[in-house]
Amino acid sequence: MSDQTTGVPHTVTRVPREAAANEEAYLEVTDLQVQFPTADGLVRAVQGLSYSVPLRRTLAIVGESGSGKSVSSMAVLGLHDRKVARISGSIKVGGREVVGMSDKDLEGYRGGDAAMIFQDPQSSLHPYFTIGNQIMESYRTHNNVSKKVAKERAIDMLGRVGIPNPRRRVDQYPHEFSGGMRQRAMIAMALVNDPKLLIADEPTTALDVTVQAQILDLISDLQRDFGSAVVFITHDLGVVAEIADDILVMYAGTAIEHGPVNKILGEPLHPYAWGLLESIPALTGEPQPLHPIPGSPPSLLAVPSGCPFHPRCEFKDRVPDDWCTTLRPDLIPRTADLGRTSRCHLKEPDKVFETEVLPRLP
Amino acid sequence: MTADTTTAKSGIRSVPGAPLLELDNVKMHFKTKGEGFLARRTQWVQAVDGVDLTVRPGETIGLVGESGCGKSTTARLITRLLEPTAGEIRYQGVDIAHMSERQLRPYRREIQLIFQDPYSSLNPRHTVGTIVGTALRTHGLVAKSGELSRVQELLEVVGLNPEHYNRYPHEFSGGQRQRIGIARALAARPKIIVADEPVSALDVSIQAQVMNLLENLRAELGIAFVFIAHDLGVVRHFCDRVAVMYLGRVVEEGPRDALYEKPQHPYTQALLSAVPDIGVVRGVPPKNRIRLVGDVPSPVDPPSGCRFRTRCWKAQDICATEDPALIERAPAQRVACHFAEPPTESILAETA
Repeated sequence: MSDQTTGVPHTVTRVPREAAANEEAYLEVTDLQVQFPTADGLVRAVQGLSYSVPLRRTLAIVGESGSGKSVSSMAVLGLHDRKVARISGSIKVGGREVVGMSDKDLEGYRGGDAAMIFQDPQSSLHPYFTIGNQIMESYRTHNNVSKKVAKERAIDMLGRVGIPNPRRRVDQYPHEFSGGMRQRAMIAMALVNDPKLLIADEPTTALDVTVQAQILDLISDLQRDFGSAVVFITHDLGVVAEIADDILVMYAGTAIEHGPVNKILGEPLHPYAWGLLESIPALTGEPQPLHPIPGSPPSLLAVPSGCPFHPRCEFKDRVPDDWCTTLRPDLIPRTADLGRTSRCHLKEPDKVFETEVLPRLP
Repeated sequence: MTADTTTAKSGIRSVPGAPLLELDNVKMHFKTKGEGFLARRTQWVQAVDGVDLTVRPGETIGLVGESGCGKSTTARLITRLLEPTAGEIRYQGVDIAHMSERQLRPYRREIQLIFQDPYSSLNPRHTVGTIVGTALRTHGLVAKSGELSRVQELLEVVGLNPEHYNRYPHEFSGGQRQRIGIARALAARPKIIVADEPVSALDVSIQAQVMNLLENLRAELGIAFVFIAHDLGVVRHFCDRVAVMYLGRVVEEGPRDALYEKPQHPYTQALLSAVPDIGVVRGVPPKNRIRLVGDVPSPVDPPSGCRFRTRCWKAQDICATEDPALIERAPAQRVACHFAEPPTESILAETA
């Protein structure tokens, strides 16, 4: 039995995140539009998305499937095939414009300044190459070094992401790693070139909770060490509460609420965010009935007019003159707090939340 | 056992007073080939290794644990899609573990399964009417003339438009497909439904809709559920009792509140501490999280004695030599650990 047998568990204290000072944005997305022409019509996957992330800060993008969270993040890395996707707007990373960047420039940018961790490590690692090989390839694409130096770097990275015995592990194939270990290896690969921007697309969704906890810790630790800006895509609001500074809630291709995590999850202002909170069973207290949002998310082929959420919204009758069905609300501050914005016509949403929604939260 | 059974019209035998479903030391070992020079030696994956479980009529029991702990294999054993290598599966007191397909037929009707993936569990070339109607026809539940109206009735029960009986699965969204799967299970008028991760593949808002549907069905029809999920919040919401599995065994089992508030097995404590809690933004003080070392050992060669000992902070010599039995440590709460105790200060310590 190892040294862990002390009778006390090894615990990690969950410290509420300290918000980093408001710095200059490293990633700045302005009015991003991504559309895919298909045989059935134009799929408007992302419509007018704007946000920014400074270094050392984590932005969580939350939404259901088809809300455009992955599509918009893939655009940030220039991963869309330009023959298939129509992209407009601006994505600036460290001052460089990514939209319309040449393939050659993209090659240097991707994996260098910006890197991505994918949801499924099983399908994102090549089964025919060793883990070490794949990390080395990424390193040597961006650095003119010998294989030997690159291998040392790979071993160093595997050690940093907490893989035991990295010198032996570096020559193993993905199938010899467990799910959590594979995800660590992928994080090592993403971070091998010290990226300033890390995009994590549902990095823990395929993992068990105990492994998820380890990976979340790892991403936070590494962010502190590397000082990167992190965009964290997830649908799990519990994870968001733990890891993010800011949150962007997406629905049908647009941002509907944006602001600091404790504000948005503590007292959201948009009926969709209310619905999400009312759909999650609580871990403490007497179980309360859930109040799910009726209906299902709209097809991106035919996004509803006005506010895209209006067909599912229980508060639309309180807004005069059919605004909800005809006028698309802007993403602006709706209360005295100017640090947060939401896209909803409802008057005094903070009061509605407090008096009507809060009492029935699970 | 055979002496005092009664036989119902459906052909189902039962022992009066026996629980609805009882698993007694059920084992499922799969044969597999070793790797490399071991290739000629057969090995056994001990997917489920001695599970005891009791389900009473109308009760919901949750089965939680991480991937590879044997929860899905248990589901397949209860529904007898697999034949256990050892142990008894008693349905109303009668062992169905080794029954022939012919003998099983009436039991199949009463024990139904809902699958995780609403995309691969429905035949894409059959209409919804055929999918739900097949269950009715197989068990001879309605006359041919009444089949359509019964299908429509079932679609309405699960919240689908009854006029959509002639549509194909691809015309429905994920949440609606899961409702079709539920309608198919209900068609047989089961007494027990085994739901294997029924909401895991769904978005949060849709997940809550399906959970509410299952809850209504439980309340109205009095169906017992074996509810398998890895989401501890979902299980807490739905289940009366919860069993925690680790590496093919049940390590702790008890009433919901006892298990969530006073877990006694170190693994249950670690599992619960790892769940991210959205409550922190609403002022719930964050709890310390127990960090487990290492990975789950291979079920081919599980550790001797207690299977959790390789990752346990309480492990002593006795844990390697003696397999802890699942014994009652608190009212109705059974724990398989030599050092079971409610969480201590050091685990639940809240940061000031």
